[in-house]
Amino acid sequence: MAEFEPKLIAFCCINCPSSSVTVCESMGMSIPTNVEVVRVPCTGRVDILHLLKAIESGADGVYVAGCSDGNCQFTDGNVKANRRIERVKKLLDEIGVGGQRVEMYRMSAAMGPRFAEVAREMTERVRGLGPSPLRR
Amino acid sequence: MIIAEQKPIQEIKAMIASYQKILVVGCGTCVTVCMAGGEKEVGIIATSLRMALRLDGKKPEITEDCIQRQCEWEFVDALKDRISKVDAILSSACGVGVQALAERFPDKPVYPALNTTFMGMPEKHGLWIETCRGCGSCELGRFGGICPIARCSKGLLNGPCGGSQDGKCEVSKEMDCGWQLIYGRLKTLNQLDQVEEILPPKDWSTDRDKGQRRILREDVYYEQTV
Repeated sequence: MAEFEPKLIAFCCINCPSSSVTVCESMGMSIPTNVEVVRVPCTGRVDILHLLKAIESGADGVYVAGCSDGNCQFTDGNVKANRRIERVKKLLDEIGVGGQRVEMYRMSAAMGPRFAEVAREMTERVRGLGPSPLRR
Repeated sequence: MIIAEQKPIQEIKAMIASYQKILVVGCGTCVTVCMAGGEKEVGIIATSLRMALRLDGKKPEITEDCIQRQCEWEFVDALKDRISKVDAILSSACGVGVQALAERFPDKPVYPALNTTFMGMPEKHGLWIETCRGCGSCELGRFGGICPIARCSKGLLNGPCGGSQDGKCEVSKEMDCGWQLIYGRLKTLNQLDQVEEILPPKDWSTDRDKGQRRILREDVYYEQTV
């Protein structure tokens, strides 16, 4: 039986994390193909509904990649995103899907390897959780 | 405004689980401002319910709408066609909105998605506090515009109680002492002499004690129902 390959959605800020994708690629490092990157102007734009809809639509996991602490161009978009992630975790636990399927990561523009590492880390976590119960 | 908060998803799910077609109706007034039951929250509630019910092996048709005010017939009536096509209504308005839908659509079961909590205002973004109990006989003029009934834990008209410390109530360190606020305000206004007066017990007959309250204004009243 083939190993379960989780479908992940990554909402990435167009600033630091998206630059780190470029750095990552220029270093010849690959991003797992199971991760679909959605670029947003700032992670402060990522709403609770975006995250819930992604899970409802069949994603096994969703994560948000924002700028590192204190580096948001809009002051605190990454902080707001983090708080929304916390609420979505609670909601998904309450619903029965499991809050561990969502996570918030922060990284600077130079952290190319970290972007790839996060993608693999989240893939492994969700692989451990198994397919979303909504898809079973 | 009226402040409310969302009920737990499992509690809402238990109420509507037996229906196939459900309309979630939000309200664009108070509960939108307190981020409990407006258009966005309707989306969150509906999406959460769809997922929760799918895990139980059900695939209900949950649709969404949000009207400007659930407490006025003109806006409620606009839902007539949509409500005729569903088995049940989930209202994310305050208790007034839930009852308005129940009265206008007597053949449809209506369920509340929120707990209506109090009348108040945002103290900070994301923090709401109760400021009015709607006692029906406003005494704010005596207390510098700060209500001892709503903001003193003991509702004392002749305060303070002596239990406050550093301006905080003995009931909770997160709660301002209502009487400390009243004292500070009256001092600023140079009206401290007002607290010297001992007030008799309040006439609570304007409160809830006589059942459902109503106000009739002859100058604007029409016999014809809207």
